[in-house]
Amino acid sequence: MSTDVIKNIIVKDDEDYIINMGPQHPSTHGVLRLEVCLNGEIVKYVIPHIGYIHRGIEKMCEADTYKQIIHLTDRMDYLSAHMNNEAVCLAVENALEVEVPERVQYIRAILDELNRLASHQLWWSAFGMDLGALTTFFYGLRDRERILQIFEESFGSRLLHSFNTPGGLMHDVHPNFQKHVIEFVKYFRKKLPDYKNLLTDNVIFHNRTKGIGNMTREQAVAFGVTGPSGRGSGFACDVRKVAPYGIYDKLDFEQVLYKEGDSFARYQVRMDEMEVSLNLLEQLVEKMPSEGDFTAKMKAIVKLPEGEYYQRVETARGELGVFVISDGAKFPYRMKFRTPNFSNLFVLNALSKGLKIADLVAISGSLDLVLPDIDR
Amino acid sequence: MENTELMELITKVIPYGTVSQGSQYPEIVVPADKLHEAAEQLRNMEGHPFDYLINMTAADFSEKFTVYYHMESTKTHNLIVLKADISDREKPEVDTVSDIWVTAEFFEREVFDLFGIRFKNHPDLRRLFLEDDYGFPLRKDFKDEVNIIELPN
Repeated sequence: MSTDVIKNIIVKDDEDYIINMGPQHPSTHGVLRLEVCLNGEIVKYVIPHIGYIHRGIEKMCEADTYKQIIHLTDRMDYLSAHMNNEAVCLAVENALEVEVPERVQYIRAILDELNRLASHQLWWSAFGMDLGALTTFFYGLRDRERILQIFEESFGSRLLHSFNTPGGLMHDVHPNFQKHVIEFVKYFRKKLPDYKNLLTDNVIFHNRTKGIGNMTREQAVAFGVTGPSGRGSGFACDVRKVAPYGIYDKLDFEQVLYKEGDSFARYQVRMDEMEVSLNLLEQLVEKMPSEGDFTAKMKAIVKLPEGEYYQRVETARGELGVFVISDGAKFPYRMKFRTPNFSNLFVLNALSKGLKIADLVAISGSLDLVLPDIDR
Repeated sequence: MENTELMELITKVIPYGTVSQGSQYPEIVVPADKLHEAAEQLRNMEGHPFDYLINMTAADFSEKFTVYYHMESTKTHNLIVLKADISDREKPEVDTVSDIWVTAEFFEREVFDLFGIRFKNHPDLRRLFLEDDYGFPLRKDFKDEVNIIELPN
C-alpha cells in the first residue's frame, strides 16, 4: 500500500480531509486508530496506527519459564485463549518429544472447538451490532454464556483459562464435562436457525455486506490473511488440515471455503464453521476415553534443548505461530508470536479503498480483529 | 513432497546458500547481500512457489543479528525457513522483501521497531509500536531503567 499512500499524503487534494477513527471508536473493539483520508464520504486510504496496548510480551517471555509464558499468551487473543496456550504447550512438547496422553488430546480439542464457538458467537454479536442490529448481541451472548459455564465448571475461569500446561492439563476436567458439552451441542443446534433468520437472511444485512470489501485469493496469500477471513477468499489455510496437530488428523471434517471474497463470504465461513465445530464436538465427546491421566510426566523446571522450534495452531482468527529459540536454559532466548490479527489488519487499506466510510466498519467487523493480539 | 527432494531442488536454484535439514523444516542460510535474490527465486520457484510468507522475525545473538523468514507453498504445503546473518551491529541493514511479499512490509516495520534493523528500499519504514526516541527493546544490550525493573537473582 505504502508508496502510493505516501504520495497521497504529500500531494493532497483540496477536497480531501483526514479523520481519525479511534482509538476510542466503538466499532474497532479495542484501541486501534485508523487514519482515514476521505473525499466526501469516499475512503481514499486507511492507515492503521497501532501500539496503544503494546505490553512487550515477547520481551517478557525472555525472563519467564515456559510454564509462566502460558499465562502471557492468554492476554494476546483473549477470545482464543485456549488455542494460544496450546500453541506454546505443543511447541514445548514437540521440542522435548513428550508423548501426551490421548485423553488430554481429546480434552484439548474439545476445549479448542468450544473456544472457537464462543469466539464466533461473540464476533457474530458484535458484527451485527456494528451494522446496527442490536438484537444479535443479546442472542449471541446468551448462547456464549452456556460455553462459559462449561469452562467455569471445569477450571474456574471464563475468559483467560491458562488450563493447558506443557505436558497436559493443570488438572482433570469436571465429571459432568462430557454431559454438559453434549447438552450444549443439542441446545446450540436448535438456536443456530435463529441466527440465520435474524441476520443471514436479512436483506438490509445483505446490502451492507455483499460485494463490500472484495479480497482476491492472491491478495489473501500476499497479505498473509488467514483464518475465516482468508478462507472467505478461497485460500485453503486451515492449519487443522494443512499441518494437523493434536488429534485433528483422526477427525472427520472439511475446511469451509468460499470463493466470493466479500464481507458476506467471510461471514458465511464463520457461520458454517460453527456447524463444523458442533460436528467435531460430537465426534470428540463420543471417542474421548473416560479414564486416563490428565498430564504426562514432566520435570518441575522445563528446559528446551538448544535449537529453533516453530509451532502452528489454528485459532478462531487464523494461523498462530510460536517461534522459540532456545539456548538450553529454563528461559527462552527469543520468543516470537506470529499472530493472525497482525497480518489480517493491514489488508484493510486494500479492501476499503474507494468505498464509503460506513463500509469500512463492515469490513473491519468482517475481519474480526482483536487488538491485543496485534500489539502483543 | 519429501523434504530431501525439495532440498535438492532448492540447492539447484540457490547454489550460493547452504541448505540443511533443521529440527523440523529445511533451512536455507544465505549471505545478507543475496537475501533479496534468494527470496525472489523461492517465491517464483517452478512447481513450488513459496507464495505465502507466514512469519518474519529477527533475533539478537550479541555478535550478529539473524533474520528468519518462514514461508510455505500454498500448492504443496511445504514449509521452509530462510535465514541470513547481519554482522554489522552499529548499522544493521538488509534488503527489503516487501516487493515480493506484501505482508513483509509490516513484519519488517515490527523488526525495525524492536531491533533497529534497517530494511533497504522499504517503502514506509516507520516505527510500529513504540515512540521514536525509545531504544530497541529486543536487543540483548537494551537497558531501560525507567520501565523495566530488574529482579534480583
